[in-house]
Amino acid sequence: MRTKRVKLLILAGVLLAGMVQAQDAMVILEKVDRNMSSDNRVMESSMTVHGKRSSRTITSRSWGEGTKKAFTEYLSPASEKGTKMLKLEGQLWIYSPSTDRVIQISGHMLRQPVMGSDLSYEDMMDDRKLSDVYTAKVSGEENVGDRRAWVMELTAKVTDIAYYRQKLWVDQERFIPLKQDLYARGGQLLKRTEMGDVRQVQGRWFPFTVLYKDMLKQGGGTEFKVTTIRFNDKIPDYIFTKAALKQ
Amino acid sequence: MRLAIKLAWRNLIGAGLRTWLNVIVLSFSFVIIIWMKGIMTGWDHQAKTDMTNWEIGGGQIWHAEYDPYDPMTLNDAHGPVPEALAQGVESGALMPVLIVQGTIYPEGRMVPVAVRGVDPGQTILQLPAHRLDTVTDAIPALIGTQMAHTTRLKAGDRMILRWRDIHGTFDAREMEIVEIFSCTVPTADAGQIYIPLETLREMTLLNGETTLFTFRNEDTAVTVPEGWTLKTKKELTRQVDELIQTKSAGQSVLFGVLLLLAMLAIFDTQVLSIFRRQKEIGTYIALGYTRGEVVGLFTVEGSMHAVMAAMLATAYGLPFLLWQAKEGWTMPLDTSQFGMAIAQTLYPVYTVGLVISTILIVLMTTAIVSYWPSRRIARMNPTEALRGRLQ
Repeated sequence: MRTKRVKLLILAGVLLAGMVQAQDAMVILEKVDRNMSSDNRVMESSMTVHGKRSSRTITSRSWGEGTKKAFTEYLSPASEKGTKMLKLEGQLWIYSPSTDRVIQISGHMLRQPVMGSDLSYEDMMDDRKLSDVYTAKVSGEENVGDRRAWVMELTAKVTDIAYYRQKLWVDQERFIPLKQDLYARGGQLLKRTEMGDVRQVQGRWFPFTVLYKDMLKQGGGTEFKVTTIRFNDKIPDYIFTKAALKQ
Repeated sequence: MRLAIKLAWRNLIGAGLRTWLNVIVLSFSFVIIIWMKGIMTGWDHQAKTDMTNWEIGGGQIWHAEYDPYDPMTLNDAHGPVPEALAQGVESGALMPVLIVQGTIYPEGRMVPVAVRGVDPGQTILQLPAHRLDTVTDAIPALIGTQMAHTTRLKAGDRMILRWRDIHGTFDAREMEIVEIFSCTVPTADAGQIYIPLETLREMTLLNGETTLFTFRNEDTAVTVPEGWTLKTKKELTRQVDELIQTKSAGQSVLFGVLLLLAMLAIFDTQVLSIFRRQKEIGTYIALGYTRGEVVGLFTVEGSMHAVMAAMLATAYGLPFLLWQAKEGWTMPLDTSQFGMAIAQTLYPVYTVGLVISTILIVLMTTAIVSYWPSRRIARMNPTEALRGRLQ
């Protein structure tokens, strides 16, 4: 009888520890979300697509408000200059100056790569907070470069999600993801994201370089570099309208 | 008429080399026209037979959303097997096929593909689907030679296949090429991967769902359920008919040039004959021939070129045409890139209608061309003609 009680206590302890750990993991994830999401931001950046034989760099300026609204204008190279993209409430429109037409990217076209990069329109569109779509647990601790990080296992808690499982390395001090592995439902590693050049901007930590890599494909991946970023800036309302695409 | 034929024959033989040159040129036209038309008929026959054997069977029923020219529609183009078709599937009269988009990564290259789920026990198509019924820890897959060529894959090769399930969640697994089949239908080969139907349904969480059904027989009577569209064999092979019609129109120009050359020679010969044989024409009229009979005599003489050409064409053309029907004509270009169901070697098919129509066309054209200059005879003064004076 006494042994049974001890066993029950140990079991309860293990379960409680697990729950506390899961809770802690969710707290970490929420802190990561707070760093990575903002009410609004204005950013200039460059995206370098490292192909098998050559690389090409595309620069852009973008405006974002919450997770629902975003506007991007491509500045270079000449072939892409003037191309604009507007995301509004889950819908995406693209304006191409060569055709002077606005087209809506919808349905399965969202799964196509953005300008030949390792990112799909859908990857760009999915700005949902990690804590909203994944459950998390801390599986260990590791060093990423010279930074100490928690290793977190994320499992989807919603069905409409591209990556069923993620492994996330989160900076213990700055609550910034340093590395992210995206897995298929069957466990195959599909994509890897590595964040670097973490800087403090307006009181929050933010990675200024992100390397996206399709792990099944040859090539050096897509490198995303933030040139300038401002949070909680005033963005005129007309930016997030279809009329702004042709201006 | 008999006398006219006799006279015509004598005159033609008497003309010697001039006649034979005309006959040889005309016989070439006969053989080339029959051979080229035979190739077209053979292509039509081969394309439709191969499409039937490898892709469309006796016709298909498509999901309303399915558009083979728009891979973006694939994700929505599926539905459960309708009750009205369930019995046909059960009895083997209908073959369900599920098609989804996927990506393969042979040697790190990203290749978008259409993944087709087929029943390994199917017997409607010549696809060696039974090879999918094998024990392997990877997904067994079949590909065509054209697909194998473009992706540089061979039997036994393994690579990752990535796809999305019904919710859009990525999944990926290793796939093994169990066999490479050879077919001439590009739509059944290029960019297509065949895996077991139930495996694909399981992978995509589309249990019991289908994109299209293929009929075993063309005359299978079915009620087409709502949300599905019937595509008859005639509709599915319309593209072949249209292409062959276009090609035939192009060929007709060549036939026209060939006939024009032959007819030009016959026309010249007729003009020369009438010019040189004025005394003979006058004699015929003096002997009691009407002008019409003399015109008929010369027309028969000209038309006999075509009869002789047909005989000569039979002499050397028949063995050639039979040899071609047996050995076929191998095209010097790689036909796999044509985007049409076309075999590298085409076997001409000669129908009775084809041969008779060709003979009739050449005979009638020759008769018209022979009659045309002969009309001059009707305007001749017989006395002047007898004297051999130029008119």
